[in-house]
Amino acid sequence: MFVRRLPKFEYHAPATIQEALQFLSQNRDRSKLLAGGTDLLVSMKNRATTPAHVVNLKGIGELRSIDYDAGQGLRIGSLATIGDIERSQVIREKFMPLWDAADVMAAPQVRNIGTIGGNLCSAIPSADTAPPLIAMGASVRLLGSRGERFLPVEKLFKGPGESVLEPDEILMEVLIPNPPEQSAGAYFKLMRRNAMDLALVGVAVFLRMSEDKSRCEEARIGLGAVAPTPIRAVGAEHVLAGKEVNEECAQSAGEAASREARPITDVRATAEYRRTMVGVLTKRATLEALKRIG
Amino acid sequence: MQELEIVLNVNGRNYPVRIPPWRTLVEVLRENLGLVGTKKSCNEGECGACTVHMDGKPVASCLVLAVDAQGKKVETIEGISEGENLHPIQEAFLKSGAIQCGFCTPGMVMSAKGLLDENPEPTLSDARRAISGNLCRCTGYQHIINAILAVPKGGKE
Repeated sequence: MFVRRLPKFEYHAPATIQEALQFLSQNRDRSKLLAGGTDLLVSMKNRATTPAHVVNLKGIGELRSIDYDAGQGLRIGSLATIGDIERSQVIREKFMPLWDAADVMAAPQVRNIGTIGGNLCSAIPSADTAPPLIAMGASVRLLGSRGERFLPVEKLFKGPGESVLEPDEILMEVLIPNPPEQSAGAYFKLMRRNAMDLALVGVAVFLRMSEDKSRCEEARIGLGAVAPTPIRAVGAEHVLAGKEVNEECAQSAGEAASREARPITDVRATAEYRRTMVGVLTKRATLEALKRIG
Repeated sequence: MQELEIVLNVNGRNYPVRIPPWRTLVEVLRENLGLVGTKKSCNEGECGACTVHMDGKPVASCLVLAVDAQGKKVETIEGISEGENLHPIQEAFLKSGAIQCGFCTPGMVMSAKGLLDENPEPTLSDARRAISGNLCRCTGYQHIINAILAVPKGGKE
């Protein structure tokens, strides 16, 4: 298969968010935002999308920062690259499920270009940053010509490849609350290969245990690639909440998550295999999260 | 037709070019600057043959708009040797028999350089991860891995 050169487009490189929003509101249906380009440019080369205007957000410096403070938690600018996330000490130490995702995405030369905002807004069901962010209770800040709004990450997706963003809205940053005491999470990605593959199944589990670690106070589970969008496995969360988290309990949570998943059969895997592996990975991620709490 | 005048800094030299915005970096490097060491292979960021460094980090140049490379330091395979003196990674590749047809080699070397610049004594696992975005149809990868692991030892295995 021969991948063609990019089609023609009008290029815009706004220096500020306001400039970008102004342009988008006047050209709503004929523009695409360019972040890293690892999704958009490939879609354009395949002629799956041929926007008349491409608006490059990379000139807007404020969108790339990663800031942490114990009060506010973590703020990741939407243009932070997956490589930035992989290299971030604070993300690895305190928000490890997201680091787990960055660690298993694509390959170095794609991680250094692709962005967290792009990964979320592409709204691919298997988007790796989504389950960890859902599990950590993260939200996004959107800015449009009608103002600002905040959404929990699990509400960002409408369908495969479709986010809830209006044509004149920009995802500004991802906000992750400071992790409470006795909490940790993990993200596991099942792939056919060791790198450069979409998730067949993605599972993120985040646990908050009681002070003496005997009981799970709160569980949040995000599933990727097994439904039209990334989803929360609320049933599986209820299996864990209030319980002592041991192998049997993790197994049950896995079985519950398996029932909540709605995978399809496609060229990469069958629905049955995916459903089974949701159970396996949920159990593993639960036990790993527990291990990380220590 | 929109054409932009930009200056690209490649291998330490400034190159003014006048290009439409839809040109990717790999195309401009090869077609405008004549730096054909960087290969355009899959053109969709999956094979790694187009790997160059931007501000010291490996990137897939087929997915970078050339206009986005302005103001950055671009380093290609042509830039890592000094005149007749090969870079130690290139020496190691030669000594290890890591080159057959040679098409993946510039991308492999740039990915290896990305690793070794940060981590001069990589483990086997580090080396495999560093080239996880580079495909080779000839060698079966083992000699390439051997070469990367041999670099700290002066290219000796």
